[in-house]
Amino acid sequence: MESAPPVKLEIDAVSKSYGDRVVLDGLSLSVAEHEVLCLIGPSGCGKSTLLRCVDLLDPIDSGDIRLDGLSVIGRDVDADAVRRRIGIVFQSFNLFPHMTVLDNVTLGARRAHGIDRATAEATGRDLLERFGLIDKVDEYPNRISGGQNQRAAIARALMSDPEVLLLDEVTSALDPELVGEVLGVIRELAGRGLTMVLATHEMGFAREVADRVCFLDRGQVLEQGAPREVFTTPQHERTQQFLRRVTEAGRL
Amino acid sequence: MRRALGDIDGVRSALIATVSAVVVFGGGALVVVRSPNWPRVRQQFFNGDDFVEAWPQVLDGFWLNLELFAYAMLLIPVVALAVAVMRSLRGPAFWPVRLVAVVYTDVFRGVPLILLILLLGFGVPALDISGLPRSSTFWGIMALTLSYSAYTAEIYRSGIDAVPESQTASARALGLTQWQSLRFAILPQAIRNVVPALMNTVVSLQKDVALISVLGVRDAVREAQIYTTRTFNYTSFVVATLLFLAISIPLTRFVDWFIARDRAVRSQTMVG
Repeated sequence: MESAPPVKLEIDAVSKSYGDRVVLDGLSLSVAEHEVLCLIGPSGCGKSTLLRCVDLLDPIDSGDIRLDGLSVIGRDVDADAVRRRIGIVFQSFNLFPHMTVLDNVTLGARRAHGIDRATAEATGRDLLERFGLIDKVDEYPNRISGGQNQRAAIARALMSDPEVLLLDEVTSALDPELVGEVLGVIRELAGRGLTMVLATHEMGFAREVADRVCFLDRGQVLEQGAPREVFTTPQHERTQQFLRRVTEAGRL
Repeated sequence: MRRALGDIDGVRSALIATVSAVVVFGGGALVVVRSPNWPRVRQQFFNGDDFVEAWPQVLDGFWLNLELFAYAMLLIPVVALAVAVMRSLRGPAFWPVRLVAVVYTDVFRGVPLILLILLLGFGVPALDISGLPRSSTFWGIMALTLSYSAYTAEIYRSGIDAVPESQTASARALGLTQWQSLRFAILPQAIRNVVPALMNTVVSLQKDVALISVLGVRDAVREAQIYTTRTFNYTSFVVATLLFLAISIPLTRFVDWFIARDRAVRSQTMVG
């Protein structure tokens, strides 16, 4: 029997509604350790909501989410502790505008993890250097480009050395010429074996870095498989439709 | 050529402004001065001798107004922020806290300040509860603080609400607790947002400290009243008015300058 890599994250029949609108409809999905999983699908298919729910930013209505086999849902779970094990990066960066890049990156370490400023700043500088931002450490977010903002936001999410990194359409708010620098950072993280779940519209990039691609539709996983399979021989009609539209828009 | 024309235009504008000012203010003054009762009013409100006589007494009371102003200025931002934070806490566990904050703002914004001063200033000392201060001044400050904090809390809250939800999400995602998110991520932005509104409250507070005179506390207004009762001359009120203006006009100018500067600084930030 071939030993499969251990499952890191398990999403088990998760449902979530906002009012009458069902966003996640009994969705199940598991992510192996060191796996890079890309979520694709039309707007409103539940990609962002799924990521927010996994980071416990939105409560789920039913189902279970397990990290290393242990449920993170329930009253007795320390949500803040779980959030430290899972990093998330948002579409619109969400750096804190009143803090320098370095303070943004080190805030969680200093305040939530009780790490002293000097240690936190040393780690933060290392990360920012790795992402080509060492000359921007003292800048404020609104003084640097969107691409630099997003790289800083990724550095901020990595400060707690998360076991899983969630990326929610992190290039969608960027000018086209800035997309490449952010994808470069993600490529590097994938190369290092970080477990990642990416919601993305960059199909070319998904094809390149993903170990597995999931097509989400109406709050469920409609189709999943190796990027080559899903992109070249999609099984479901809706997947085919979606990929055709994306191809026509010149994004594949 | 253009320059010369501009100069001529400038001179013309200045001329028009001057003539217009003379006509408006001069005309207004003329109407007052030529009214049949003006000599009597002048005698009663703008009497030089009374002005000199009332000045030290009213000024003495005015120091008390400034003292009240100072205490209230220290207390209001703290109490108001606490109420605003209480009202901003999410989750069922904080429901009673939110309720207290809502009831507080509703009640203390709903009661006219002068009534609140009368109720607290006369009522609480009358209760004669041991351990509670009995000075009217103290309760006057409390009334000002309670009333102004209710308004100011709403100002803070509007600032908190104006910070996008995504900021809270990213703070929580870093593992910060709800309180830490507020303290380090949200409040600094919220307070910055509302500084101009807070400054306008300061100007208004500076005048409302005069309401404490209803408690019989010898502030500027009360001293002016005492002088009037003694002499049947109202010049002392003009003295008090001038004292308040001496503080509030520079304060208002400063607030306007500050808001304009704040706006200029903010519009300089780069986007993209």
